[in-house]
Amino acid sequence: MIDNTIEFLEPYTYLIIGSIKALVIAGALMGVVPGLVWLERRLMGRFQVRLGPNRVGPFGLGQPISDSIKLLFKESIIQSSADKFLFHLAPAIVVFTSIVAFAVIPFGEPITIFGQKIGLLVADVNIGLLFVFAISGMGIYGIVLAGFSSNNKYSLMGGLRSSAQMISYELTLGLAAVSVIAITGSLSLTDMVKGQEVIPNILIQPLAFLLFFTAGVAETNRAPFDLPEAEQELVAGFHTEYSGMKFAMFFMGEYINMVTMSALITLLFLGGWNAYGLPLWPILAFAGKVAVLLCVFIWLRSTYPRIRYDRLMTFGWKFLLPLSLFNLLVTSVFVVL
Amino acid sequence: MELLIFYPLAGLCVIFALGVVFNKNPIGSAMSLIAMMLGLAGIFVLQQAHFIAILQIIIYAGAIMVLFMFVIMLLNLKGDDAVWKKREKNTLLTVLTGLLIAGVLYKVLEITSAGEFDSPAHVLETFGTVREVGTILFTEFVLPFEVASILLLVAMIGAVVLAKSKVD
Amino acid sequence: MDISFDAIPLAHYLLLSATLFVIGVMGVLMRRNAIVVFMSIEIMLNAVNISLISFDRYLNQHDGQIFSFMVMCVAAAEVSVGLAIIIALFRNKPTVNLDEFNIMKS
Repeated sequence: MIDNTIEFLEPYTYLIIGSIKALVIAGALMGVVPGLVWLERRLMGRFQVRLGPNRVGPFGLGQPISDSIKLLFKESIIQSSADKFLFHLAPAIVVFTSIVAFAVIPFGEPITIFGQKIGLLVADVNIGLLFVFAISGMGIYGIVLAGFSSNNKYSLMGGLRSSAQMISYELTLGLAAVSVIAITGSLSLTDMVKGQEVIPNILIQPLAFLLFFTAGVAETNRAPFDLPEAEQELVAGFHTEYSGMKFAMFFMGEYINMVTMSALITLLFLGGWNAYGLPLWPILAFAGKVAVLLCVFIWLRSTYPRIRYDRLMTFGWKFLLPLSLFNLLVTSVFVVL
Repeated sequence: MELLIFYPLAGLCVIFALGVVFNKNPIGSAMSLIAMMLGLAGIFVLQQAHFIAILQIIIYAGAIMVLFMFVIMLLNLKGDDAVWKKREKNTLLTVLTGLLIAGVLYKVLEITSAGEFDSPAHVLETFGTVREVGTILFTEFVLPFEVASILLLVAMIGAVVLAKSKVD
Repeated sequence: MDISFDAIPLAHYLLLSATLFVIGVMGVLMRRNAIVVFMSIEIMLNAVNISLISFDRYLNQHDGQIFSFMVMCVAAAEVSVGLAIIIALFRNKPTVNLDEFNIMKS
């Protein structure tokens, strides 16, 4: 019976393994979000010399659980002037794109289980980096549509600001990545990690790392570039009208994007799962680097004040973009010589 | 197997293309167009053109359509097209469209009946990858590539000049 | 680990391309909203890209992919200038209805 089943399933192993991996990674990403919220609130508390949530469970660990229960059971309010279909579609796009973008991110060497070689990523495409950019570019629509369908002045402003901001900073992000591509000679993220076995790219390309990190913070709409959702001036921008679980979905998207961006920075600049002599499992080395980067994201939020909108655009177009072009030029000259 | 993937994708593309034309709301049209472009990217992947497929998503769906959305939102065209009327009848245009459709159908039938392209050529594993397309782009087609970059520069300057409000 | 494909004739792709092209032409001729007309032009460009890329695979060459790359460049240029023109027109007359713009008609 079992033999027959295995024989029947043989041609479909690729599909089965793929779907299991996709489910596990999507589940893990969603599970990481409450943890990240907890971490952010605890760390922010410490940075601002207060305690942060510490009443529910040990170290306040029960806080994210009770928060998510609260969000799930809250009434979902839709104002009558909203465009119903787009209003529902927008948060779904945000979460969907953020999870799909993680599909091509490898987090370890391929392992072998039951004679099957299993790569530690959902889809091993040879243009992984471009895929991440393409999918995260689609995430803009979630925010734009949320702003548009709410039929609210502040939301519309938030949506417009975010689309302008994300398009502008995507250029810097791409150009900083291109200089790494020029060194590696491949668009596959696995090849990039293999190219950094001796020294990580951050030592060869410190400028590109800084540019990529800055643009990455802007791409994920995190402080100090969180203009689209500026609480104090735009009343939370594009998600003013959202409540309950749909509101939580925007936050899920933002946190998952943060994880993806940290993973991308780790793969491109920090050597991925190479531990550089430290006695660590490859996966642990990767996770550790991502965790450190996530803490830096939170650290930035509690350190820098928000930039004014016109300065943000000037900073992106007149400073970061020329700098990244210059960096690419120098890198290409070195690669050709 | 290819048919199984091709028909749903092609059907979706056609439905969304019709959605662009028959949607009352410009933002609905834009959303349909994005969906159609994603479907087309799927069809390009089916044709082994991975690089073009990803470019389709990045350039068309990620950049051009954001520009469309931006303009629709900027002009706030929400209820503008509520009175959805056809253009006035134009005999010449109708005849020309009829001729176009007939010509297209004739050409398709001709190619189908010739049976020349019944199955795809045996392509290499590297067909359509970034390396392959890039190599050809920068050797054989380097002049068109440079001309395209000049075109984009000119378009950029033109767009800035046209959209800039007068500061006298 | 590759799923093998049973190939299909090129005609399927050409039919899809033709259908989309005709839908685009219909859009240009029927709609009066300038932005939707623009989108219909994009549909036509995309339809052409399908046949370019399909012929590529059936003839085992890359010229069509390069050409569709150029089509994308031209589309980007065209859209940026075109939308700028629409914005400039909107400043003079707050509408995007193409039939309203007839000041050149004596």
